[in-house]
Amino acid sequence: MIDKLLPCLLSGVSVGGQYALIAVGYTMVYGILRLINFAHGDIFTAAGFFMVYLAASLPLSLSLPLVILLTVALGFAVERVAYKPLRSAPRMSVMISAIGVSYLLQNLMWYITGGLAKQYPVIPWLSTSIAIGPTSTKIVTLFTPVLTIILSVALVTLIRRTKIGMAMRAVSRDFETARLMGIKIDSVISATFIIGSFLAAVGSVLYFSNYTSVTPTIGAMPGLKAFVAAVFGGIGSIPGAVIGAFVIGICENIIKMLGYTTFSDAFTFALLIVILLFKPTGLFGEKISEKV
Amino acid sequence: MSLLQVKNLKVNFGGIEALKGISFNVDQGQIVTLIGANGAGKSTTLRAISSLVYPSEGSIYYEGRDITRLDPQKIVEMGIAMVPEGRRVFSNLTVNENLLIGAYLRKDKAAIAKDMDHVYDIFPRLGERHWQLAGTLSGGEQQMLAVGRGMMSRPKILMMDEPSLGLAPMVVQDIFRIIKRLNEEGMTILLIEQNANAALHAAHYGYVLETGHVAMQGTGRELLENRQVREAYLGKSAKR
Repeated sequence: MIDKLLPCLLSGVSVGGQYALIAVGYTMVYGILRLINFAHGDIFTAAGFFMVYLAASLPLSLSLPLVILLTVALGFAVERVAYKPLRSAPRMSVMISAIGVSYLLQNLMWYITGGLAKQYPVIPWLSTSIAIGPTSTKIVTLFTPVLTIILSVALVTLIRRTKIGMAMRAVSRDFETARLMGIKIDSVISATFIIGSFLAAVGSVLYFSNYTSVTPTIGAMPGLKAFVAAVFGGIGSIPGAVIGAFVIGICENIIKMLGYTTFSDAFTFALLIVILLFKPTGLFGEKISEKV
Repeated sequence: MSLLQVKNLKVNFGGIEALKGISFNVDQGQIVTLIGANGAGKSTTLRAISSLVYPSEGSIYYEGRDITRLDPQKIVEMGIAMVPEGRRVFSNLTVNENLLIGAYLRKDKAAIAKDMDHVYDIFPRLGERHWQLAGTLSGGEQQMLAVGRGMMSRPKILMMDEPSLGLAPMVVQDIFRIIKRLNEEGMTILLIEQNANAALHAAHYGYVLETGHVAMQGTGRELLENRQVREAYLGKSAKR
């Protein structure tokens, strides 16, 4: 049992870290725009394809930063094109626009790839195996949770301690008054999408180093689970999303270890139902009345 | 020349004319008040000056420059700050942060720190609670914070939208005392009030707004003594 538990927990925190990097993007955008950005999972997938195509002709030292840059540009562009023009529209319109963007990205990826799964390039350092006690694992498994925690702490520090972070918190509470302070809310919102896409890009590198093949709809499942993690942690809360993601990652792997692999996805969504029934605001979510 | 001149300002909301062409001046160093009932267009006027809404016609001049339709942050940068109706402090930010965010466009850190000390000097209650989340303050304290936040951009004109709204009479007195103190320190103030009595007592000059028009204007004293104003806006309080 014990010799099974260690790799199970390792893989749990690793998967959890991947979910967390996606979940933060969901929760930040929700915190500011009260929008579930349905396209976020597809931006994650796009990051995977960027890597596939870039690494085919460029060395990793170039393609890695380029992947991050392109993903950030994509997230930024989606916000500018599909969400910004709807800033004063009812929230439902923005939500529908987000669903539209999600399908558009998926269809574009089908079109470009021909629908075939693409092999994700092997990143040598991440894929190296190391031994931990009796078991062995890829370095990426250990590296993911560590990097996730470092990035989350950095992000929380940014939001709590810097001027742009203060502006983000202000905008998340009250657009109009923020404008009266001289804050450009469009810039703050763009910054949010840039951070979210950056983390999704990092997450995709870690995720695909584990799963190795990219298809146009592969982002849907981790995207959904990251969303559940964000709800579990209390949507709008960054530490909540990270903790939620780790809990889901670990639980899924424990269920797999117990031999119920078939049910591991079902568990996550059952968890969503339970949260919505008994604690709709999640672990750290605040009760916010609708903005007037 | 007046510091702020509003000329024939019209604002439409979905086909309804909220402002039907109003004009007024705010002179340097004065307290000018706009009084009037709900829906007279007082808040809309301030929102148009701040560029939160754009007028369909008319112009706003500040220090002789046309500032109509400039971006809101440009307006703040030029020296016009607003203390919005209902206080609108950032409840998820601390008192300190609320003041800092009032100085968002400024880069002079040393002067910002000095101005914060000045705000805490005027509002000692805020100083005692500088680390608390603004959402935990009482209504009066939140209003003081909103005023302090407005001061932090170092405006030449501070516009206040109903600062006495929903506050206990004692606190209302405090607020008006502070308005006068700020004015004595050199701040020009454009004040919107439903509490016409207090506003006219404090103001050098006043305008009475009725359904998007300027119905009357005059010095605070003239309006206080005007029979129509007394009947319509001052009620029994005028007979004291």
